Amino acid sequence: MSGYLSGTLAILCINLIFAYGIFITAVAGQINLGGAGFQAIGAYATAWLASQSGAPMWVIIPAATLISALVGFLISLPVLRTRGVYMVLATFAFGEVVAGFLLRSEIFGGAIGMVVPQHAELWVLIASAVMTTLAAFYLMATRLGLAMRSLNDDEDAATVLGVNARAVQVAAFTIGGAFAGLSGALYALNFGFVEAQYFNALLSIYVLLFVLIGGAQTAWGPLAGSLFFTILPELFRVGGSWRYFVFGVLIVLMMMVRPEGIVTRDLVRRLSPFAWWRRAGVAHGR
Amino acid sequence: MNAVAGLTKSRFAPSGPLIAVAAVVALIGLAIATGGPVIVRQVVSGLLLGAIYMTVAVAFTLTIGVLNFLNFTIPSLFMLTGMVAWASVSRGYLTFAGTWAWLVGLFIGVSVAVAASLLVERFTFRYLKMRHGDATEHAIPLVSSLGFLLIFENLILIPLGSESQRFAIPFKADIQIAGLVIGVAQLASCALAVAVVAALSFILKRTKIGRALRTIAENPDTASLLGVEVSRVVPVVFILTGLLSGVAGALFTVNYGDVSPFMGDNVGTKAIAAMVLGGIGSIWGAIAGGLVVGLAETLSIQYFGGDSVAMTVWGLVLVIIILRPKGLFGIASIGKGKM
Repeated sequence: MSGYLSGTLAILCINLIFAYGIFITAVAGQINLGGAGFQAIGAYATAWLASQSGAPMWVIIPAATLISALVGFLISLPVLRTRGVYMVLATFAFGEVVAGFLLRSEIFGGAIGMVVPQHAELWVLIASAVMTTLAAFYLMATRLGLAMRSLNDDEDAATVLGVNARAVQVAAFTIGGAFAGLSGALYALNFGFVEAQYFNALLSIYVLLFVLIGGAQTAWGPLAGSLFFTILPELFRVGGSWRYFVFGVLIVLMMMVRPEGIVTRDLVRRLSPFAWWRRAGVAHGR
Repeated sequence: MNAVAGLTKSRFAPSGPLIAVAAVVALIGLAIATGGPVIVRQVVSGLLLGAIYMTVAVAFTLTIGVLNFLNFTIPSLFMLTGMVAWASVSRGYLTFAGTWAWLVGLFIGVSVAVAASLLVERFTFRYLKMRHGDATEHAIPLVSSLGFLLIFENLILIPLGSESQRFAIPFKADIQIAGLVIGVAQLASCALAVAVVAALSFILKRTKIGRALRTIAENPDTASLLGVEVSRVVPVVFILTGLLSGVAGALFTVNYGDVSPFMGDNVGTKAIAAMVLGGIGSIWGAIAGGLVVGLAETLSIQYFGGDSVAMTVWGLVLVIIILRPKGLFGIASIGKGKM
C-alpha cells in the first residue's frame, strides 16, 4: 500500500473514532465543543506512559482511554449543571484550559511537545476504528442509547417517563471522553509526536462538524461525516486554500437544505435491506 | 424577568455599572500598588486591549441575547475590516495615500463587515425562518456560522496570503499624562469603543427599534403577534453586529499595525471569554468582562510569561460558568435554550 493511501487511512480511522466520541454526547443532546481537550488528554497520557514506563502498547492504549474517560466523567459533573450556550461554552473553555495547561507544563514538554517512542501500525488503527464503530452501533441499540435519544428529542418528556437525565448524560460524556481519548492515543502512537498547539479550538470545531454534517440521528452519521470530510479534502488538494472555502460553502448549503445531516433516521430506514422485506410483507397482507 | 431588560436595565441596574467600575478599579489599584511604572504601562495597554475585547463581546452578547445565536462569524467580520482596510491602503487600490487613505480604508473595511454580516443573516437566519418557522431553537445557525467563518477567512486568504502583515501604525502621536506616554490613537480608541457601546445602549433603551429588539428577545412569536415585523428587525441585529465587530477590527488595526486572515480568532475567543465572565446578555457585563480579560492578559504575560494567557483566561471562565453561570451581571434566563 502506498504511503499516501495508508496515511489517509490512518487519519480517517483517528477522525472516525474521534467523531464517535463527540457523537455520543450529541445523541444525548449535548454539543461538545471541547473535543480537542479530550483527544489531547489521550494523546499526552499515551506519550507520557510510553516514554516513562515503557509498557507495551496493549497496556498503554486502554490506560490512556481510561484516563480520558475518567476526565470525561469528572468534568461532566460540573459542566452538565449548565445548559444551552453555557454548556457549549463550558466545554469550549475546558478544551482551551487543557491545551493551555499542556503548553505550560514542564513534564509534558511545554511548547516543544513530546516524542512517542512506540509506533502503532495501520492495522491497529483499523481494528480500533472497526471496534469503536461496532460499539457505537451496539450502544445505539441498547436501552441507554434509546434513553440518550429521548433526552435529545424532549428532555422533560423523557424525565417524566423515568429516564434519569443526569445519569444518562454523565454516561454519555464518559463514553464520549473514552472514544476521544482512544483517538488521541492512536494519533500519538501513529504519528510518534504530540504538541499542544495541534489540539486547538479549530480541531474541536472540525470534529463537531464531522458529526453534525454527517448526521447525529444514527450511528451511520459520524461514519458518513468522517468519510466526507477526510476524503473530500484529498480530492480538493490541488485547489489549495479553495478547498476550505468549498468546505465552508458546503456547510452553509448543508444547513440550508438538510440540517439533520447527510444520514438521517429516515434514510437508514428506507435503505435498510429489511425495508424491501417489510414492504413485501405488507403487500402479502401479513 | 424580561430577557432584554437585561440588556439595558435590570433590577440591579444602578449597582451593575458600579460593580463593573469597582472591579476594574480594584484590579488596577492592586496591580499598580504591587508593581512599578512597568505595571502602569501594562495596565494602560491592558485597558486598550480590553476596549477592543469589550466591543467584540458586546456584539456576541447582542446576538445571543436577542436571537439565542452564538455567532461564530464575528471573528471573521473583525478580520474582514482589518484586512480590507490594510489591502486598500497598501495594495494600491486607493489612488491616494496617508492619513486620508487610512480613514477611507477603514470606512470601506467596516462597510464590508456590515455587508458580510447581512449576507450571514440572509443565509442562516432568514432562510431557516422560512423553512422551519423558527431559527432560534436550533444549533443550525451556529453550525452555519462556522461555515461562514471558513468562507470569509479563505476568501481573504486566497488573494492576500496567509502571512501576518506588519505595517507602520498610522495616526502616530503621543501625549504625556503624569509622566506616562500614551498614544493619542489609544485614547481615541478607548473613547470610540465606549461611545459605540453607549450608543447601542441608548438605541436599545430609548428607540422604537430598540424596543422591538427587546420584544423579540423576550419571545419572537409574541413579538410578531404584537405587531413587530420580526423579519425586518432581525437584520438590524446583524447590522449592529457588523458595526461593532468592524469598529473593533479598525481599532485593532490602527493600534497594533499587524493584520492577518486569522487575526479575529484570538480576539474572538477572548471576547467570548469576556462575555461569559460578565454574564451572557448583559451589555455592562460585556464591558466589565472585556476590560477584565484585557487586563488579565497583559498582567498574566507580565507575571507568568506569554504562554500563560489561555490558561488564566479560560480557567477563570470555566470557574465562573460552573460556580456562577450567569456571570458577574448576567440574566439567568438567557442562553439556557436548547442548542
